[in-house]
Amino acid sequence: MTGAAYPYVEAGTALPEITTGTRATGWWGMVWLCVTEAMLFACLIASYFFLRGSINGFYAEGGHYPSLTLPLPMTAILLASSATMWWGERGIRRGDQRRLRIGLALTFALGVVFLVLQSIEFRHNPLGPTVSAYHSIFYTTTGLHGAHVAMGLLMNLYVQLQAWRGHFTAKRHLAIQNVSLYWHFVDAVWIVILTCLYLSPRLW
Amino acid sequence: MTTARITLSGLAERLDAQWATPHTVYGWFATVDHKKIGIRYLVTAFVFLLLGGIEAALMRAQLARPNGHLLSPEAYDQLFTMHGTTMIFWYASPILSGFGNYLVPLLIGSRDMAFPRLNAFSYWSFVLSGLFVYASFLAGAAPHGGWFAYVPYTGPSYSPGLNMDFYALALLFLTISTTVGAINFVVTIFTMRAPGMSLSRMPLMMWSTLTTSVATIFALPALTAALILLELDRRFGFRFFDATGGGTPLLWQHLFWVFGHPWVYIIILPATGMASMMFPTFCRRPIVGHTYIALATVSTGLFGFGVWAHHMFATGMPLLSTTFFSAASMAVSVPSGMQVFAWLATIWAARRHVFSTTFLFLLGFIVLFVIGGVSGVMTASVPYDWQVTDSYFVVAHLHYVLVGINLFPVIAAFYYWLPKMTGRLLDERLGRWNFWVMFIGANLTFFPMHFVGVRGMPRRIYTYPAGMGWDSMNMLESVGAAVFAIGVLLFLINVLWSRRAGAIAGDNPWGASSLEWSTTSPPPEYNFEIIPVVRSREPLWDAQPPATDAAVAEYRVLDDGRRTLGTTVLDGQPQEVLRMPGDSLWPLAIALTLAAMFTALLFASLAGILVTGALVLLCAGGWLWPQPEELVP
Amino acid sequence: MIAAMLRPLAVFQLRAYYDRAPSTMSAASHDAQRLATLGVAMTVVATLIFLLVVGIIGFGLWRRRNSPDALDSPADVRTPVDVSENWWILGGGLAMPVVVLAGVFLMTLSTMRAYRPAPAGAPEILVIGHQWWWEVRYPNDTVITANELHLPVGRAVHLELRSADVIHSFWAPNLEGKTDVIPGQQNEMVLRADSAGVYRAECAEYCGRQHANMALSIVAEAPADYQRWLSSTKAVAAAPANDTARAGLAVFMSHSCAFCHSIRGTPATGSFGPDLTHLGSRSTLAGGALPNTVGYLAGWISNADRLKPGTKMPASPMDGASLQAVVRYLEGLK
Repeated sequence: MTGAAYPYVEAGTALPEITTGTRATGWWGMVWLCVTEAMLFACLIASYFFLRGSINGFYAEGGHYPSLTLPLPMTAILLASSATMWWGERGIRRGDQRRLRIGLALTFALGVVFLVLQSIEFRHNPLGPTVSAYHSIFYTTTGLHGAHVAMGLLMNLYVQLQAWRGHFTAKRHLAIQNVSLYWHFVDAVWIVILTCLYLSPRLW
Repeated sequence: MTTARITLSGLAERLDAQWATPHTVYGWFATVDHKKIGIRYLVTAFVFLLLGGIEAALMRAQLARPNGHLLSPEAYDQLFTMHGTTMIFWYASPILSGFGNYLVPLLIGSRDMAFPRLNAFSYWSFVLSGLFVYASFLAGAAPHGGWFAYVPYTGPSYSPGLNMDFYALALLFLTISTTVGAINFVVTIFTMRAPGMSLSRMPLMMWSTLTTSVATIFALPALTAALILLELDRRFGFRFFDATGGGTPLLWQHLFWVFGHPWVYIIILPATGMASMMFPTFCRRPIVGHTYIALATVSTGLFGFGVWAHHMFATGMPLLSTTFFSAASMAVSVPSGMQVFAWLATIWAARRHVFSTTFLFLLGFIVLFVIGGVSGVMTASVPYDWQVTDSYFVVAHLHYVLVGINLFPVIAAFYYWLPKMTGRLLDERLGRWNFWVMFIGANLTFFPMHFVGVRGMPRRIYTYPAGMGWDSMNMLESVGAAVFAIGVLLFLINVLWSRRAGAIAGDNPWGASSLEWSTTSPPPEYNFEIIPVVRSREPLWDAQPPATDAAVAEYRVLDDGRRTLGTTVLDGQPQEVLRMPGDSLWPLAIALTLAAMFTALLFASLAGILVTGALVLLCAGGWLWPQPEELVP
Repeated sequence: MIAAMLRPLAVFQLRAYYDRAPSTMSAASHDAQRLATLGVAMTVVATLIFLLVVGIIGFGLWRRRNSPDALDSPADVRTPVDVSENWWILGGGLAMPVVVLAGVFLMTLSTMRAYRPAPAGAPEILVIGHQWWWEVRYPNDTVITANELHLPVGRAVHLELRSADVIHSFWAPNLEGKTDVIPGQQNEMVLRADSAGVYRAECAEYCGRQHANMALSIVAEAPADYQRWLSSTKAVAAAPANDTARAGLAVFMSHSCAFCHSIRGTPATGSFGPDLTHLGSRSTLAGGALPNTVGYLAGWISNADRLKPGTKMPASPMDGASLQAVVRYLEGLK
């Protein structure tokens, strides 16, 4: 039978309590949460392509592709917010409280701008989600993503509250890592949505 | 090898003080003990089994004779919908979660699950979501679209009442519970196994629990997506499934079955894992083909994602697609065949057979499994499926696989593990009656369904005309259902009797090999005084069982607060100490606020949704706020 | 009389209106025969596998029947009986099923390949599923009827299946496998009867409260009889034969019947419910739920919901004389 040899650990050794990083159970919990949410978006994207492939005149109502005027800057803003989040996280990894607080605050601000732009995009479109199945899937997918962004912002506020009270240290900042992971995940989903819903109709 | 100097005297008392839930009202609501939560899952899921059974009994009473008028069509439609929905969602998966919750930490030599509070939350959400869906009966608006809820019948035009909103919202609530439960199992099994328990040494029930938990994480979102789209169509006039708006009802079917087919494997694979634990004990030998069974379990979970469209063969799909799915559906039965032959080999190569009630139910399980499996292969044949799909032939198939591969192993598992949970054995004589009555009842009820289906009786009909060749079979089925119900009753009587008067079980009444049998019956709240070291697949059958290990290293005692051990994923090398949270009311609080939020959604009250949603977030914030002890640098 | 007619769905034998029970094993077409044969073949294979497994269990248990009924010590269980894991699992559990399944799959493919598309010139029939009745149209012959479909024996017809509301499924077990009827798409199937007779087709996809009572009669007849039926069904409604029938037509027009029903040749052009132009010649009523007799027709008209709860046809209470008249008129629409 395979398996390492007993007794594994020398007597008198105290095992560490690891509360950050890939050896923390909480981090793995967030990973699997992102996996299940990714599957949710995958199902919506798959529904989009299924409808597009099986319905004649999918884009018939209001025929044109979604405009890129707002989504492109939205993408840049979201990517920037991931960068600021990453920057802040690296800060606390070295114990730099100030960098963490600034990083979180910047990320929050950029995220708010993203949502504001998205709501402008929605309001500028004269056709709503009840016009056709295309509009339904478009608004649902992008809207659900926006809801995930909003959730990420709430999580950001929550850890900001803790950050400003100095809860986090170089050795203990699992909440930051989890929020950061979630935020990057939401960003990645946006790239997929951009590609599939906004770019792909122009490409094929 | 040097022995660490550890204070072992008083260890049990120390651990008890740290882990025990107080016997108070607070303790009852706030406990995060996986064993208590497991038992709650088992009891609650069993109640749902009984409710689903009552629904079935009413249906069989209606169908016993042609032109029945015991039930109106609307009542019948609500009953068959709730029967399927209850059984598949609120019984079949939670009962397996119950056994998993109770047994996983014990089987892997740990003291709790990875996320104890999340565990409590998943139970409370499960029971509240069940109350939510059953409240629909009180509102006179129980779901009536079938458990599969095909649009457009379940859409806004044809089901304008609240019936299908109850369905969608209750299920969305339940999926939260099931998903977090699955995540809990995955992280626990990967990171908290005992030292020495490499992946290849871990019990087969861990393989099945792991496979189905990963499958759940991937499959359940398809249902979530489908339900969200359905509610958007129903409430806000979206056009996903509306053919006049560029949508199609087939979108629902694809999303539902992409979830639904993996789901049926999710509700049977853990039961096969439990069977693989029980067979060796009553054949007095290790299981034959341990590695093959693990591989077959994972394969079934994986391939199960590739066969969903076999539920849609009659929808007008291109023939090439139907052919592919037909082949895939036949192929997915191969790993199951491997498992069956592993069990057969174990029976064949047994030293002796111990004819306990558990063993009888396991034998019945194999017989019913094979019948259900071969009828499944018949429906995998596309042109034959064109005749038998949506007929009682499929009803026969699905009941053989569900009663056979879920219910029978579950009853076997009760006879096997209830003594560990309560400290008392069930009665073996009554158990024999239980088995034979249930086995005969199940076959009497479901075998004739093959025939009436082939003779042209469609599914989901509240009555049927006389003289079509269906009359005597239906009567037989209804009689069989009554017999089956008596069998279930015998089981209940046995369980209740054993709590009062059952023989004391002792630690290991069956002479079994896995770690849970090394504890007392019932186990102490901290499970293991000293985290065991595992050297083989059958730890208690080792020459040197873990309990008598002379060298006890400090890292396995872990008595300064609620602690357990984290080990590496592949080899089970000790890696870290995990701090476990204590009792907390936050899981219940957040489950209650979620239930309130779903109620607000049901009544489409914006103010209600905002208020309850805010409460949910506040509870989450309260839960996640770090404890003072966590802020020590 | 009305009270007698309003008996709840009683024990009349609908079976009498069909030449055989709607069983997949009572095949009246080559396709259905192939499917029945496939089913029998697979059942034989299934039975053999079942017997094999039960045999192994039985023999395995019997082999150790004299072993003392005691629990062994761990030392004993550590030295298990030798068994060839690979033969059992890879042989019995992998190779054997693969071979059997390959055989079943080949049988499946060969059955699927025997399907032929409808030949050119095959009659085209449009079947539209409603809650809870079947609309049947022959577009090329401008025939419209309901709950009844005729076809010439031994000739394939091409069915176009559409839905007016929810998903249904068209299933004639004696003749062919089922095909779903889905709103927003047109499914097609080829139907052929090789024996003359009247067969029962059912709805096979849950479609609401009266899914159970949505049957259609398929009449397979000699080509000459088929042509005769087409011409007579194409014709407009027979004029009322006597005073009572004339009064009945007046009742029909003055009540709300014409909003939903059409009788070609009269001002009634409603399309929500079945076409009644030749109602008198149908053997059943209400989607194959009731025999077409004076009594049941009267009961149906006065309170359809009593006989088929949930039906979309509203009750039309009227005095006895009017009821008798309209029934007399409708039964005369042969």
